[in-house]
Amino acid sequence: MEIADLTKKRIIEYLDEKKRFDKRKLLEYRNIKIRFGISKQAEGSASVRIGKTEVVAGVKLDIAEPYTDSPDKGSMMVTTELLPLASEKFEAGPPRINAIELSRIVDRGIRESGFIDFKKLCIKKGEKIWMVFIDIYPLNDDGNLIDTSFLAAVSALRDAFFPKMDEKKEKVEYGKLTEKKLPLKEMPFMLTIHKIGKSIILDPITEEEESSEARVSFAISPEKKEAIINAIQKGGEKELTKKEVFEIIDVAIGEWKRIYPTIVEKITEAEKRPEEKIIQSG
Amino acid sequence: MTYKRSDGREADETRKIRAEVGVVPRADGSALFAFGDTIAIAAVYGPKPLHPQHLQNPEKGLLRCYYDMMSFSVGERKRPGPSRRSSEISFVTTNALMPALQLGNFPGTVVDVCISILQANAGTRCAGINAASMALAHAGISMSDLVTAVSVGQIDGQIAVDLTKEEEDYESGGEKTTDIPISFLPLSGKISLLQLDGGIKAEKLKEAIEIAQKTCSKIYEEQKKALKNIISRKEEKIKE
Repeated sequence: MEIADLTKKRIIEYLDEKKRFDKRKLLEYRNIKIRFGISKQAEGSASVRIGKTEVVAGVKLDIAEPYTDSPDKGSMMVTTELLPLASEKFEAGPPRINAIELSRIVDRGIRESGFIDFKKLCIKKGEKIWMVFIDIYPLNDDGNLIDTSFLAAVSALRDAFFPKMDEKKEKVEYGKLTEKKLPLKEMPFMLTIHKIGKSIILDPITEEEESSEARVSFAISPEKKEAIINAIQKGGEKELTKKEVFEIIDVAIGEWKRIYPTIVEKITEAEKRPEEKIIQSG
Repeated sequence: MTYKRSDGREADETRKIRAEVGVVPRADGSALFAFGDTIAIAAVYGPKPLHPQHLQNPEKGLLRCYYDMMSFSVGERKRPGPSRRSSEISFVTTNALMPALQLGNFPGTVVDVCISILQANAGTRCAGINAASMALAHAGISMSDLVTAVSVGQIDGQIAVDLTKEEEDYESGGEKTTDIPISFLPLSGKISLLQLDGGIKAEKLKEAIEIAQKTCSKIYEEQKKALKNIISRKEEKIKE
């Protein structure tokens, strides 16, 4: 359902008074819930809820040939399917531009942050590498799919174990996991900032997202206790002044510093899930 | 400064710019824009009636951009036809050009912008946007501004404009190059494209944006010169 111009006007007027429909502050995130291991067949999986928005992500690993320009590095591929299940706005069929853009934003954020150590995913230089497939499925869209999807992808990677490999056939034995986790470094976190009217907000609900004029997504990771921006994507049809862009950069860094430690805490807590993953050894 | 550019350029110096208008006579507007070895051609068709009719917007015209690279424009042959990368670039290009266009003057129509990369050596989306905005102006579509793009980067801790492929892939001591494609509406100074790959601190990013704006104002002059050239050539023809 497209929202009425009247609703947009009301949202902007509300934001001008620093108010939101759900009583949050302009830069306040909704409650974040992370659950690991939501699908047993996947090498890693997680579900992330931000408010009523829910996204699941799964990681599958396979053996593949390396790309010619990086013979000693593993690789990854991010795909998103915007299922009609999650919103009346989504239509069945192959991924369209919104799904493609979402996948590429998540891909670049993870790749550029160096979160996955691709060198350690090389099995035999120039011949065989591990390919990491990250597949993202929103289950319920109530705004801010970008940040939710990114967190779900990062969580699923943290959840993943290498599958067993048949050394002779050099093929994966699916259904059997080793105890070895993926080679990961400190996690990146993505924040998307929206400009609506004169206001700058975080974590929009659907109605706010549809009133958004421009958005800027930042993937930020820590390096020697400093915030490093690894990826940016501006979206939306409206342009931004340089002053606005600078303000958005400052907000992104400031909020990232505030939110990041609690996210790391939540993920670490979720990692200790009680229903232990079935690890078949030998 | 530890990094020295292999082609001897200054940090704030672009490669040789080539800007030409009217390279596809069949089109309503067209242009070529090159940063050194990176060559983009853009053609504009429209405003024309949009089909199927139910897609028409009675309030304003629709802008559709198609960006892609020619299969032979890169080292390893690119499979012809759109990819995820080209779809995303087409999408961000549309958003980059949109703020300059006054499509409210053309309700129910569509403007198609086709961008082809003839030869690629980094900065193709920026060259494409520069060519497209010139082609749109050449097509006589009412615009409030041109759009001018450049990629700025951080190589080995230092900011440089208009990176080559070699510079994009440069790595020293685990520090990878950061690449920031950015577009400005030169008259209003507003930003309509902003992307980033790599790793950079906020202060350096702001510095890069400032340098990009200065560079874009120089590129803008080249775009204007090319557009004025085609007009004076037409006037000469009329006199003849």
